[in-house]
Amino acid sequence: MKICVLVKEVPDAAVEKRIDPSTGRMDRSGEKNLNPYDTHAIEAAMQIKEGGAVPVEEIVAVTMGPDSAVRALHKAVSLGADRSVHLSDPAVAGSDVAATGYALAKTLQRESPDLVLLGQQSDDGECYTIGAVVAEHLGMPSLTQVIKMDVESDALRCERQAEYGYDTVQIKLPAVISVGDAINEPRYPSLKAIMGAKKKPLDAITAADAEIDASKVGGENSAAQWIAAKAPPAKAAGEIIEDEDTGETVEKIIAWLDERKLI
Amino acid sequence: MSTLTPPFSDEHEHLRQSIRGFIERELTPHAQQWEEDRWFPDEVFGKLAAQGLLGLKYPESYGGQGGDYLHEAVLCEELARTGSGGTAAGIGAHVNIATPPIWKFGTEDQKQRYLVPAIRGEKIGALGITEPGAGSDVAALSTRAERVDGGWVVNGEKTYITNGVRAHFIVTAVKTTQEGGHHGTSFLIVERGEDDGITTSKLEKLGWHASDTATISFQDTFVAEENLLGELDGAFKLIMANFQWERLAMSLGAVGAMQIAWERTAQFARDREAFGRPLSGHQAIRHKLADMATSVYTCRCATYDALRRFVAGEDPLREVTMAKLLTQRASFELMDQCLQIHGGAGYMREYWVERAARDARLGPIGGGSDEIMREILGRVLGL
Repeated sequence: MKICVLVKEVPDAAVEKRIDPSTGRMDRSGEKNLNPYDTHAIEAAMQIKEGGAVPVEEIVAVTMGPDSAVRALHKAVSLGADRSVHLSDPAVAGSDVAATGYALAKTLQRESPDLVLLGQQSDDGECYTIGAVVAEHLGMPSLTQVIKMDVESDALRCERQAEYGYDTVQIKLPAVISVGDAINEPRYPSLKAIMGAKKKPLDAITAADAEIDASKVGGENSAAQWIAAKAPPAKAAGEIIEDEDTGETVEKIIAWLDERKLI
Repeated sequence: MSTLTPPFSDEHEHLRQSIRGFIERELTPHAQQWEEDRWFPDEVFGKLAAQGLLGLKYPESYGGQGGDYLHEAVLCEELARTGSGGTAAGIGAHVNIATPPIWKFGTEDQKQRYLVPAIRGEKIGALGITEPGAGSDVAALSTRAERVDGGWVVNGEKTYITNGVRAHFIVTAVKTTQEGGHHGTSFLIVERGEDDGITTSKLEKLGWHASDTATISFQDTFVAEENLLGELDGAFKLIMANFQWERLAMSLGAVGAMQIAWERTAQFARDREAFGRPLSGHQAIRHKLADMATSVYTCRCATYDALRRFVAGEDPLREVTMAKLLTQRASFELMDQCLQIHGGAGYMREYWVERAARDARLGPIGGGSDEIMREILGRVLGL
């Protein structure tokens, strides 16, 4: 089995996210990191490999992004991927979800994976849909929010999180699975793995290498265009009830709730 | 760290992220309990070993990670994230003072018997130098080893030994001549076993509660010939060889602890209101926090500079001594300020800061006291 894991470089969780009004794109300057949700997808791939139910020949981390995204790939291979593919081309910059999904699918076609894994969302765009778009282009079945996965020869038995509980779904391979963060606890890379990451093969490719139709990608060719953003309305200040006399405090809280017909 | 700070590179920051995540997931949630238990479980060493953290600077041929002192420096700083000085101390004693002499001066056989299992977390190490009658004055050690057939017989007492009760082996400084002193002291690797003539008792301390700090008594303890570490009567060279690293490790630990304490206290000052505004809105508190941030920065710069010189192969006795002297006192003073800003809450056990203040008090004493640091500087500066 060959597993490809889609990964993404995102602004560090500690960085406040904002749209750059001049470009309409997310401001991705500042400290960056590997999308934390993708670490669960890599861990899921590693657990399939180490579980031994099916032989896994290779785990390949795949990303699309600027030069700096190489650091996210290094982190991905330090977590266990065997090698990585980096699609980087000015032509794909600013692509919306549909265009990004198309470009990633073209990149994945070069690899012919049996299974494509990715995190349920990116920590920046948070669209949750890349997996489905990629699957559509690859003509593969797709599942989202998967929190348990068992390999059964040419199929997967998955549990996916739903609002009403869990679905158990059997899915034929090849398939695209986006995993929820409840699926596992990702490992932390050892120093040896970190030092070894830079030595693992990294295949840097352009849009032409992936046979991407340039008229379908990039900011200008994306169907979705950012128009404007506004800050959420400021919340009214809450009311603080000081607890000087507990009996009185309780009465005040009950009166407050009662007034609003909450009890 | 938001930006790279020399001597650390991208690789070290990646390691830092990994170690921090591991510590915050595996150690920090238990720190409070371990402090109350006055002990952390031996299994912690196994967990650290599985993550490769007991052998960062040791060669892969001994089961290490093949890194160097800079990688180890990241661990020293991040261990402060446990929030328990005692836990950090127990781990630090194993990786920073007990195993380095074996790595540097041990025979191949000693490395196989002690370093390899220590890196795997199967054998826990301690360094035994201090005695009831000899602390900074190392030449006054009185624990003696007498030559017998096939080895030595050790008698005497060591105290304030970190990991003293749980240690499987104690790298012990002993008199091997009648006079002892600089030319008559040797290191023996004393292995614990049945009827070994060793009794240990745990000590109650102001801080470092989770640390196993002990008095160790040797009564006719036999140590085999092959457990002499380094040259006979040559312990001083071994002791001196690791002092610089030990003091750098302490400085790094202080910098790590100061950084976290400052961050938490600044957040507290933003959240806590008094007289209708946040504490940080009061000039007295704001200025205090500004001074504290400056202190953290100064300590970090001095420590990183000494570290950079150390890894570059210089003999930075002056810089390391200054970093140790500066950071340990500054850390204690900063914790005291953090406690002050927390007011009454800071004096309560349920807040982290009272522990941080108690834990930091050892800094100006251990690993060479402030007074000794100043004496070294007096000599180095030609005074």
